[in-house]
Amino acid sequence: MLKLSRRSWLQATGLSSLAGSLAAGARLRGQDAAAAHHPPHGSHVMGTVGRVSPDGFNPTAFLRDWNFSRVAPDARHKLYRETPRPDGTLLREYEIYAADREIEIAPGMFFPAWTYNGQVPGPTIRATEGDRVKVTFRNLGTHPHSIHFHGWHPPAMDGALPGQEVQPGGSFVYEFDADPFGLHLYHCHTVPLKRHIHKGLYGAFLIDPRPSTAPGAGAGRPPADEFVMIMNAFDTNFDAENEVYAVNTVANAYMHDPIRVTVGRPVRIYLINVTEFDLINSFHLHGMFFDVFRTGTSLTTSERTDTLMLCQGERAILETTFRYPGDFMFHAHQSEFAELGWMGLFRAEGGTT
Amino acid sequence: MRRWLFAALPLVLLAALLAVIVWSGPADAVRGENYPPVERLTFQRVTLEPGAIVVNLMNDGPDEVTIAQVQVDDAFWTYDADEGTALQHLGRTTLRIPYPWVEGEAHVVRVLTSTGTPFEHEIPVAVETPRANARFFGVFTLIGVYVGVLPVVIGLLWFPFLTQLSARGMDFLLALTIGLLAFLFVDGAHDGFEASAMLPESFQGAVLFALAAAGAFLLLEGIGAWLQARRREVAGANQGWVLSVLIAVGIGLHNFGEGLAIGSAFALGEVALGTLLIVGFTLHNTTEGLAIVAPLARERQRVPAVDLLKLGAIGGVPTIAGAWLGGFVYSPVWSVLFLAIGVGAIAQVIGQIARQMGRDSSPVRAMAAGPVLAGLFAGFAVMYVTGMLVG
Repeated sequence: MLKLSRRSWLQATGLSSLAGSLAAGARLRGQDAAAAHHPPHGSHVMGTVGRVSPDGFNPTAFLRDWNFSRVAPDARHKLYRETPRPDGTLLREYEIYAADREIEIAPGMFFPAWTYNGQVPGPTIRATEGDRVKVTFRNLGTHPHSIHFHGWHPPAMDGALPGQEVQPGGSFVYEFDADPFGLHLYHCHTVPLKRHIHKGLYGAFLIDPRPSTAPGAGAGRPPADEFVMIMNAFDTNFDAENEVYAVNTVANAYMHDPIRVTVGRPVRIYLINVTEFDLINSFHLHGMFFDVFRTGTSLTTSERTDTLMLCQGERAILETTFRYPGDFMFHAHQSEFAELGWMGLFRAEGGTT
Repeated sequence: MRRWLFAALPLVLLAALLAVIVWSGPADAVRGENYPPVERLTFQRVTLEPGAIVVNLMNDGPDEVTIAQVQVDDAFWTYDADEGTALQHLGRTTLRIPYPWVEGEAHVVRVLTSTGTPFEHEIPVAVETPRANARFFGVFTLIGVYVGVLPVVIGLLWFPFLTQLSARGMDFLLALTIGLLAFLFVDGAHDGFEASAMLPESFQGAVLFALAAAGAFLLLEGIGAWLQARRREVAGANQGWVLSVLIAVGIGLHNFGEGLAIGSAFALGEVALGTLLIVGFTLHNTTEGLAIVAPLARERQRVPAVDLLKLGAIGGVPTIAGAWLGGFVYSPVWSVLFLAIGVGAIAQVIGQIARQMGRDSSPVRAMAAGPVLAGLFAGFAVMYVTGMLVG
């Protein structure tokens, strides 16, 4: 008789009306407990405690970081090289390596990740339609890995077919033309696939339209303040359910450090969903609407909305312009994901109210 | 001198061996350097205050555990930890989470360590945790009186009727008492082992339970023998009174554990203690009064009303104390200890009654008689049926 579980009691008796019986009993004795339970809700602070170490991955820098643009020039040359080709396109060479590394996904919480170049998400690869992309991949990790690029390529460059995984200590060169323009991704395709992806082996592969080939517009995408946002999540106890959700890895990062934008200046978001275990993820922006370019393969918007749903591996380009200064929240509209870390703020400055 | 040297030698060698093990760390050689730590956190106590959940945690694993984040109902939530977040082996801390919990609803508190390992605690029914103030003191006292004192005293009032029974009726009655107690024994043991499973592993709950139960049994055997010896000196053989006192003590200890369970159920937010539940406990415990007076009735002596009240108090009042303790300073260790003591006491009392019944013949033969078997079964069945009201 010790185990006085209300649930078993209700199951046994089927008397759901007894649910609040303790409260009822308490009130019989002249208490008014209800009033005491509702202090001002402002005193309740949702979110993570503390800040991640500034020495680790910087989610704010990652937003505007592609082709190793944040690396010092001489060091950058070892990771990324551009060589003009006769037809006016570029040969873009990348050095990507896989490595095991513990990363901080929420303040004080460390995840034994598998990374591309020591970071999750991996470095953003950005080319222009028609460029030649050459990626030298070295596996410095403890398990076989690969890189599987989305986009046009022959099977030999797929990285996913049996035998195409790169053993620890080994390397492989992926080479293909950047095609089609749009927002793609790359990720490890070694089995077990779920684990290789959710441990952190993924990144953005962005192909800009070549101005002359884009039908109609002819000038490619207009200039804008651009951000790479990769919706990801972490299963910290490996039970095939995520404990932490984020955009660009660190839970609540942009709540503590809002993304600075300028009123009146166009904004473009490269949004990718690589969340494992949950079938879909979504992006919702407060107080605004945005134009959607699904997979970024067209220069004509398909939809104007404030909430966009993406399946695993799906991506979209979002364009909008901030009208008002101030803070604008963005988060997954799955409230659970939002409250488990996938929530942030834009801080718009300048302009007039 | 030489003798002591031989006694000390193995101890010295053992100390040396331990030093070598700690220094060389053979376990690390097996685990390797990058082996993740063995993390274990136990929720010691979870209390609900207006607008806040307060959890007391203990690290009962071998390695250090650092608490990183807290999630309540699948949402990251802020918290304060005045006693720090890095816990050594058997270290404790208290997290204060400013969470707007909802009365009567369920909540899940999840503590995530630095490695992302989650430890969860479910609050099945959120109710404000009683604090040690006059109001809750009064409420717990009242509940204790309802489920402990009054039912036992009411059961005692069967005494005049019981003294009119025939010898066969009396055998039936004593057997009924054994049946009642046997039920409480099984019930208490089950609860005790269940509670011991909730203890941090370092406390070795099941062993602690068995140890405390055996201790209580032996202590009461001693007290019983002493009481009997003393009674014999003062007023001649009065086995009935001694046995009644022992039964009252045993039942008192059991009821203490029961009070503890009721009080701690409040404290843990694990129960909505409805009126029907209190009615169940009340009915259930009335039979305990019957058990206390049965040996006295067999003696067919007049017993002053004051003495009956004393027995009732011994059997019933501990419920109140248990409810206080459980409600205000609950810890699972107390639960295990008192349930164990109750079980040990009841085992001792069952032995006493069986011996008394078997006075004229061997206990085994006495037990095999028809009325006795019927009584045993009836006692068990009565408890089982009234127990259904609370389980």
